[in-house]
Amino acid sequence: MVYGDANLVISELRERIQHLEGPSSRRKKVLPFGVPDIDDRLPGGGLAYGALHEFAGGGAGTVDGAVAALFAAGVAARTRGQIVWCLARPDLFFPALAQAGLHPSRVIFVESANEDDVIANMEECLGYGGVGAVVGELVRLPMTKSRRLQLAAEKTGTMGLVVRRWRRQTEANDFGQPTAATTRWRVSVAPSVELPVPGVGRAQWFLELMRVKAGECAEYFVGACDAKGRINLSTRSADRPYQAGRSIYSR
Amino acid sequence: MIARSGSKRWVAAADAAARKAGVRIGMPAAKAQAIFHGLMLVDADPTADAAALERITLWALGQYSPVVAVDAPDGIVMDTEGADHLQGGEPLMVTGIANRFRAKKLSARVAIADTWGAAHACARATRDETVIVPIGETVRAVERLPLAMLRLSPKIVGDLHTLGFKTIGELSATPRAPLALRFGPEIGRRLDQMFGRIREPIDPIRTPDLIEVSRVFGEPIGAAETIDKYVGYLIIRLVAELQRQGLGVRRTDLIVGKVDGTRQAVRAGTAKPSRDIAWLKKLFRDKRETIEPGFGIEKLTLVAVRTEPLEEVQKASALVDEDLPDITPLIDILGNRGQRVYRVAPVASDVPERSVARIAATSEIATETWVHHWPRPVRLLAKPDRIDAIALMPDYPPASITWRGRKMKVMRADGPERVFGEWWRRDGELDAVRDYFIVEGEGGERLWIFRRGDGVDPATGSREWFVHGIFA
Repeated sequence: MVYGDANLVISELRERIQHLEGPSSRRKKVLPFGVPDIDDRLPGGGLAYGALHEFAGGGAGTVDGAVAALFAAGVAARTRGQIVWCLARPDLFFPALAQAGLHPSRVIFVESANEDDVIANMEECLGYGGVGAVVGELVRLPMTKSRRLQLAAEKTGTMGLVVRRWRRQTEANDFGQPTAATTRWRVSVAPSVELPVPGVGRAQWFLELMRVKAGECAEYFVGACDAKGRINLSTRSADRPYQAGRSIYSR
Repeated sequence: MIARSGSKRWVAAADAAARKAGVRIGMPAAKAQAIFHGLMLVDADPTADAAALERITLWALGQYSPVVAVDAPDGIVMDTEGADHLQGGEPLMVTGIANRFRAKKLSARVAIADTWGAAHACARATRDETVIVPIGETVRAVERLPLAMLRLSPKIVGDLHTLGFKTIGELSATPRAPLALRFGPEIGRRLDQMFGRIREPIDPIRTPDLIEVSRVFGEPIGAAETIDKYVGYLIIRLVAELQRQGLGVRRTDLIVGKVDGTRQAVRAGTAKPSRDIAWLKKLFRDKRETIEPGFGIEKLTLVAVRTEPLEEVQKASALVDEDLPDITPLIDILGNRGQRVYRVAPVASDVPERSVARIAATSEIATETWVHHWPRPVRLLAKPDRIDAIALMPDYPPASITWRGRKMKVMRADGPERVFGEWWRRDGELDAVRDYFIVEGEGGERLWIFRRGDGVDPATGSREWFVHGIFA
């Protein structure tokens, strides 16, 4: 009974705090991954709408940003409405995104000459609302800029996704700098699922949740986006050391 | 082309073939006929020419710039400042104009310069189709041009030639006073106009069917909020007029008349016909910082340059799922900022770089998508990168490859996926073949590589290996 009383007090306090925090925090909606292990670690049970999320690649992926882009595309594919994709380097091959469940009729590309324009366009799109998600490919994301993006996203409840890609692999330590993003992820490639026959199986990723507001960091081995943009926890077969001779091509 | 005045007949224009035969403009018609037997003579029709030029000018008004005027007798002058981004920037705009004319079997010379005078001279003096004089480079561009380009009367030009002047640079380096004494103020005025020392506003051409609202201010205005307020009023009036006629606006110009007699024009384009007051206000508010009030603004004019019919549409009331908001205004905002906004659409082609087309962001939404049984890479290199590969011919994937100086041992691979050349596009592709493989390295990095040729027949390709894409 005592326990119940304390709970009541705490929930009342929570309500008052939420009231003070303003409208942004009240209508928190989330987009779950559909993977309980990941969703449990995220406050609210998924990626929050009206927030900025950051994805970076690992290893060579820091430069090409391929994995991060596909992961972001998978998230965007599961939202509703149009997606705006802001970029400065147009080397995205859309058929791959279509294979992750993103239909070409849903995506509008906004190509700018430089980085600053990409951030400004993202802010405009986030502040406009009415789109499912806004994706931006950025090299630099300073604290003040990321704060502006986060505020614009909070205002309209649109999800902002930032794909970080650098010019050189050594510049990627820039990802250690703090930003105002609600969650920060690093996605690296891992050896694909082994098949009983020669060939390349479903791609697997090493997914690191580097930072999450009001949550703890975590790491997962996941199977790459399927045709609907969903990921799943892999059975960790990729963890085992590679045994030579499994593929006839590797002799 | 033969022009006549009284009984005198002379050559007014000649095409390239006639010029090659020695026919020169200004030559008597009889002499031209004597030079070349069977020369085709056509009587010039100045009124028809002027009418055609005016038609082209009106077309350019809707297409390129809010301030367009006839530069008689043979040119059009446009103030494209603040309007070139709608055509993708200055270089694209000038080549676009030249191409439009070429498509109609006309040859045009297009020049962009800081001033009307300089652009006039460069367009007429150049051999190239297009010239862009960079900002501040006017003097360098025009100093070697002949005097005839200075828009002076032929008599003055002739007299100056007698005095030994040949180029504009020579004339501008001469003291003004003796010239003014001898020829009047005309030379000084034209030189100043060319170098931008005195203003030369362009009086834009107008037709009666343009929808136009304007407001004249007794006391000049200049503050940003005031400009916004009055632009808002003008938009309300313009929209009311459009509503009456059942039109929606695609291109709107705001022409700002300043106290010192100069004009500035701001153009805003929309991707779909619109009559939305808030949307138009937002577009002009974004552009406001480009307006320079100077000593004050006397007159604001809002013109609907390009309009399209806009009917009210009845929508089915949404009972089940709410329909998604229209984001055309967002596309306009980004487009007016000079960003490239587009969608992609599938093209029926097996060659990867040809399978994606860019289409306009507002185009009809297509339902089809790519159908591939093989995975496709997220990043496609614009130019395939040459690599070294060790592979068993003809149809095994490589055992190892070296890309950008790094050796990668291939742990797993898939392929080949054969792509044939599209002979209906280019003869050279008749036999061409590419064999694509997916290869995976030790760390799990996956690349899309191809070999030119099928590995057996040398006619199908050179057997070189390339990286074409990066998988996620």
